Amino acid sequence: MASLKDIQLKIVGIKKTAQITQAMNMVAAAKLRGAQQRMEDFRPYAEKFSGVMGELAGAGINPDAFPLMAARPVKKVMLILVTSDRGLCGSFNANLIKAAGRFLKTQQEEGREGCLACVGKKGNAFFKKSPFETLHSSVGIMDNIQMFNARQVGQEVIKLFLEERVDEVQLIYGRFINVAVQRPTMNRILPISTEGLEEAEGGGADEGPKATYTYEPDPEEILNNLLPMFVNVQIMHAMLETGASEQASRMTAMDNATRACKDMIDDLTMVFNKARQSAITAELMDIVGGAEALK
Amino acid sequence: MANKILLEVVTPSKLLVSEEVELATAPGTDGVFGAMANHAPLLATLKIGEMHYLNEGNTVSMALSGGFCDVSNNRMTVLAESAEISTEIDVERALKAKERAERRLQEAEARKGDIDLARVQTALARALTRIQIAGH
Repeated sequence: MASLKDIQLKIVGIKKTAQITQAMNMVAAAKLRGAQQRMEDFRPYAEKFSGVMGELAGAGINPDAFPLMAARPVKKVMLILVTSDRGLCGSFNANLIKAAGRFLKTQQEEGREGCLACVGKKGNAFFKKSPFETLHSSVGIMDNIQMFNARQVGQEVIKLFLEERVDEVQLIYGRFINVAVQRPTMNRILPISTEGLEEAEGGGADEGPKATYTYEPDPEEILNNLLPMFVNVQIMHAMLETGASEQASRMTAMDNATRACKDMIDDLTMVFNKARQSAITAELMDIVGGAEALK
Repeated sequence: MANKILLEVVTPSKLLVSEEVELATAPGTDGVFGAMANHAPLLATLKIGEMHYLNEGNTVSMALSGGFCDVSNNRMTVLAESAEISTEIDVERALKAKERAERRLQEAEARKGDIDLARVQTALARALTRIQIAGH
């Protein structure tokens, strides 16, 4: 059995760990509030955007006329993987990476080539060592998510798609359902489907009768402007969701860690007390034995 | 109420303005246009430029950097990549951005190619609009 001193040192160490995890939990809670706020702030924009897209989709456009909407035989699929930049958030990133890996493998089995665009350090670091090619990576931006970060990714992806280096783009991110649940979620973002647009309409359209719009310039031109922005909006949305999910996940993970520390401290205190008591008993026996011998 | 239009200016980071106004003007790609109460439905793309609205005798100006605008049901929604109200503009930052953009523009002209000319030009346009709006 470990000596009294050893056990005590261990208890002190675990107490310090618990302090750190507790602090991280509180920091994550505060950051989560911020991240949720940003999601809230972004929502009106996304909704209005979807509303307008739906409006345009209803204007009777021909999807094949738009390069970003035209579907072609898929030889190479790109997956945009949004993860966090930092670790210590439980299985959050691992789940995303696993889902991404599974997706890429299925694509391969079905005879399509898979490649990646990584947003966030964690996914990037993992897939660097994999056989799947990473065509674009944005790291170190998840702490302060800005629209231009999303735009950068969007531009790159759109370029690859238009140059026909990839034929389809999927997006996977950690969807924030509530503080306890975050789920890896996948969306196809390119080519943009007309169903996607009509769905978008349901999400944000205003009530009231449909009016006949004046378009300035013509609907095709407007749609040509909007489609790339639509891609950016989706990426931005994914990044914000992942950011909030990361903090929520870290909160839970750190809470669990703090609790595990407390359990360990309890167990060790028990061992410590037993050891102390048996040491006292042994000492008493010694003294009694010594006194006995002197008689 | 009856002769006002609800103006909403939305950016990715927040809902900037949500107010009943008498008149709003926006920098459309095909030219500046204005909207008053009961404007016919309109969908227009916007370029970098100034936007103004008038409410009870006060004019408020904003610097917009592109986006689009939807007018319907007596409501005007402006979706901008970024928008700043004149009083909130950081002039110093805008001046710096202007200088940087001008410098880069010269560089770009000097040794063509490796700087994205279009991007520098939009950056310059953005900075100029900001400065102008803030000067009001």
